[in-house]
Amino acid sequence: MDVTTILLLLLVGALVTYFSGDKLASKVALVFSLGTMAVTLYLLNSSAQLSDLSFYANWIDAPKVALAFKADGLSLAMVLLTTALTPLIIFSSFGNSFNNSKNFYALVLFMAFAMTGTFLAADGLLYYIFWELALIPIYFIALIWGNGDAEDRKKAVVKFFIYTLAGSLFMLIGFAYLYTKADSFLLEDLYKLNLSATEQCYIFFAFFLAYAIKIPIIPFHTWQAKVYQKAPTVGTMLLSGIMLKMGLYSVIRWQLPIAPLAAKTYMPVLIGLSIAGVIYGSIVALRQKDLKKLLAYSSLAHVGLIAAGCYTLTIDGLRGAVLQMIAHGFVIVGLFFAAEIIYRRYETRTIAEMGGIRAQTPRFTSMFMILVLASVALPGTFNFVGEFTVLYSLIQINIWFVILGGTTIILGGYYMLKMFQNTMLGETNTKVFADVTTNEAITLVVIIGFLLFFGLYPKPIVDLVTPSLHQILETINR
Amino acid sequence: MNTLIAISGLGVFCLIAEIFNLRKLLVPVTILGLLVILGLTISEFNTPELFNNPMYNNMIVVSKFSVAFSSLFIILTIFLVALSGDFYKEHLTKISDFIAIKIFLLAGAVAMISFGNLSMFFLGIEVLSISLYILAGSKRLDLKSNEAGMKYFLMGSFASGIILFGICLIYGAMTSFDVEYIKSLSRSAELPIWYTIGVILLLIGMLFKIAAVPFHFWAPDVYEGSPSMTTATMSTLAKVVAMATLFKLLDVLNADIDYKFQIVLAIVSVLSMTVGNIMALRQNNVKRMLAFSGISHAGFMLMALLSMATAASTLLYYTAAYALAGIASFAVIIYVTRDKENEDIVNFNGLGKTNPLMAAILTASLLSMAGIPIFSGFFAKFILFTQTITTGYLVVVIAAVINSIISVGYYFKLILAMYTKEAAEDKKAVPFVYHAVAVVAILLNIVIGIYPSLVMNLLN
Repeated sequence: MDVTTILLLLLVGALVTYFSGDKLASKVALVFSLGTMAVTLYLLNSSAQLSDLSFYANWIDAPKVALAFKADGLSLAMVLLTTALTPLIIFSSFGNSFNNSKNFYALVLFMAFAMTGTFLAADGLLYYIFWELALIPIYFIALIWGNGDAEDRKKAVVKFFIYTLAGSLFMLIGFAYLYTKADSFLLEDLYKLNLSATEQCYIFFAFFLAYAIKIPIIPFHTWQAKVYQKAPTVGTMLLSGIMLKMGLYSVIRWQLPIAPLAAKTYMPVLIGLSIAGVIYGSIVALRQKDLKKLLAYSSLAHVGLIAAGCYTLTIDGLRGAVLQMIAHGFVIVGLFFAAEIIYRRYETRTIAEMGGIRAQTPRFTSMFMILVLASVALPGTFNFVGEFTVLYSLIQINIWFVILGGTTIILGGYYMLKMFQNTMLGETNTKVFADVTTNEAITLVVIIGFLLFFGLYPKPIVDLVTPSLHQILETINR
Repeated sequence: MNTLIAISGLGVFCLIAEIFNLRKLLVPVTILGLLVILGLTISEFNTPELFNNPMYNNMIVVSKFSVAFSSLFIILTIFLVALSGDFYKEHLTKISDFIAIKIFLLAGAVAMISFGNLSMFFLGIEVLSISLYILAGSKRLDLKSNEAGMKYFLMGSFASGIILFGICLIYGAMTSFDVEYIKSLSRSAELPIWYTIGVILLLIGMLFKIAAVPFHFWAPDVYEGSPSMTTATMSTLAKVVAMATLFKLLDVLNADIDYKFQIVLAIVSVLSMTVGNIMALRQNNVKRMLAFSGISHAGFMLMALLSMATAASTLLYYTAAYALAGIASFAVIIYVTRDKENEDIVNFNGLGKTNPLMAAILTASLLSMAGIPIFSGFFAKFILFTQTITTGYLVVVIAAVINSIISVGYYFKLILAMYTKEAAEDKKAVPFVYHAVAVVAILLNIVIGIYPSLVMNLLN
């Protein structure tokens, strides 16, 4: 068994979901996503026993493109993030009803397929194809099942699509150029290339456009908040939980090792931009009145810090970034789900219209509290491990980066707790807030359990990703 | 040569069929005939020299190149004929004329792609063009169709005149119409100035036929005014034929050796893409929009000619991808607008709800034209970009990428209308043939997208 099993299972799952009809679709999708999670865990286990999981087959002769999938610790960690979050996201949507749900869930599984492919591909063009494929399902999910005024939504979603497509087309030129040099798209061959400093700069910035828009790094973030707000919660979770990580993962896997000289030359600028995103995101989040938008900006701040970690080019920075990617993936899905739980009862996302929920449902309030605290990286949660490692790596570069980047914790604590206060505490709300259902509770408990478990015992994930990150670092410092 | 004879025979049969009152059977029989001819053509692929008959004074030269493109033309014609059956059902008395003209158009196309003599080339282009003039004006009682036919005829015959003038000058320089002879002679260093002038005139005429900027002004009006079926023919078959012929001409005339010529080609290519795309953004009529989109695609295809050595297979792939997506989208467009007064985008509102399959097919074909993987349009563009970068025209590639981004804007306008607007009318039945043509065309598109080697390896 190799990693293609995961991909095939997701693709078949998408098809079966489509043909299973509207009533059964959500359950079929859940079964398939749980199946892929099981397969991923099985593969993780067998990778620990050093069996080779990668896959290679020729696909196109001219230009030479191969179906090459590589499964090292880094890829597997990201695949695990995808396959673990997909069932959670699908399960979290059980309280909603969608028109045409067979299309909806098929698109969700198809998107998981494309994202898993992006994390596994070891051939430049194959990687690019998966990268683009992931864009189509989220476009339709946000467009058709999104909320708010149709015209507004359309504008936001089209902007998102054109932005990301524009960025990735420059990446495509980068790959085409690399191909003329290496005569191959394979990752190993591209790593071996000896590019001059100027060439590296061009390649680096062609890739940077694609990733900076996807992550997003300031000043390419303008699509983000609107799309998060307008997309259905499932779409927002997919976007913020997994899709953003495609950009960050690609920085580590493709951008840095292929053009290390450029990365070193521009390191201060890149870290500076990322940190600027942290501060900007935090400050804007302070002023948000819409719960989903607030979470969107907090997400901007957090991924800014992750990006900064990637660009430090130290083992701590890379490791911290990967840990924080996984932690952020879970916590942001949990937070958006909490927002959805409130929306299901109050039909509003405006913070001012909430408040006084605690007295009615202490259970939900405590779970929400834990998520909020995890999001501000309280020690004991997984997010603390990631964020701390990143900050530690930044100290090795320049103390000022840490001081500025550390504001994410201070400001984050401020706006998140203020949000918690305004939504949950205060005088008991006159509107009835029904207690969380079992389904909702299960989703939240799983997320919280994951965050606390790995917060106290991060070793399995650290051990999984560290060897492959060392390898990548060797390539960077070759 | 056999292909050409068989096609002409089929055309004559279509005309005679009217006398024997076989109108109802005409479309299936013609498709069957075309399939047989397709098989015949493909059988010539591996041993083209066997079928080269010196008896005809080298008028027609069968090569892998000509066989591959002829097969593509025949496949496209099969789709177009299949659609015609339903499209012309209100003019059943004239159907054999319409079908026969399409078959003769195909004969012209095959002559154009496999000429061995410039006079044969001119004969081909005239047969093709005159068929198109007739088809453009074929909605006799419609003012717009008349206007389109007239405009196309005036402009087109002017371009033909220029082409003919160019051929004469080339003859003056070379003392022969024979392609092989011209090719060998054109490599000699000292050519009279009128050879160059002739080549330029020929090029201008061909650029007119493929509607490249600045010779594109006829396209939007003619596309909009012509009956949808004719627009489909023009934007798929005719464009692909003209493009392939242009490649063959440049190859024969060795025009590409001159650096200045390459620069001109690059500029025309970038201009076509940019003007086509920017104008397309502003259109509300789908046919007009596709006319401008066709202009921009002509720009992309011209880009392939910047690297002549590898252009043949790239061009075959690009044209196949583009034409198949075009056929699929026109099958949907014709179905949606067949009893409407115009082809405005509002007619597509809510198609995603009333007819999900057709909407999905149109979406897929537009995504292919925009160059999104896994559709073949993506590989077409990608292979084109790689090839052009290798030749050293990075700037042109960057312009092309920016244009690809712009093009998403208008392709998505149509997709948005289908999925976000409310439908004005209820679901209506789709005749089987529209489904069949659209599904087969888009599947072929996806298949060559997943296995690009199928097409790419043909001409290597």
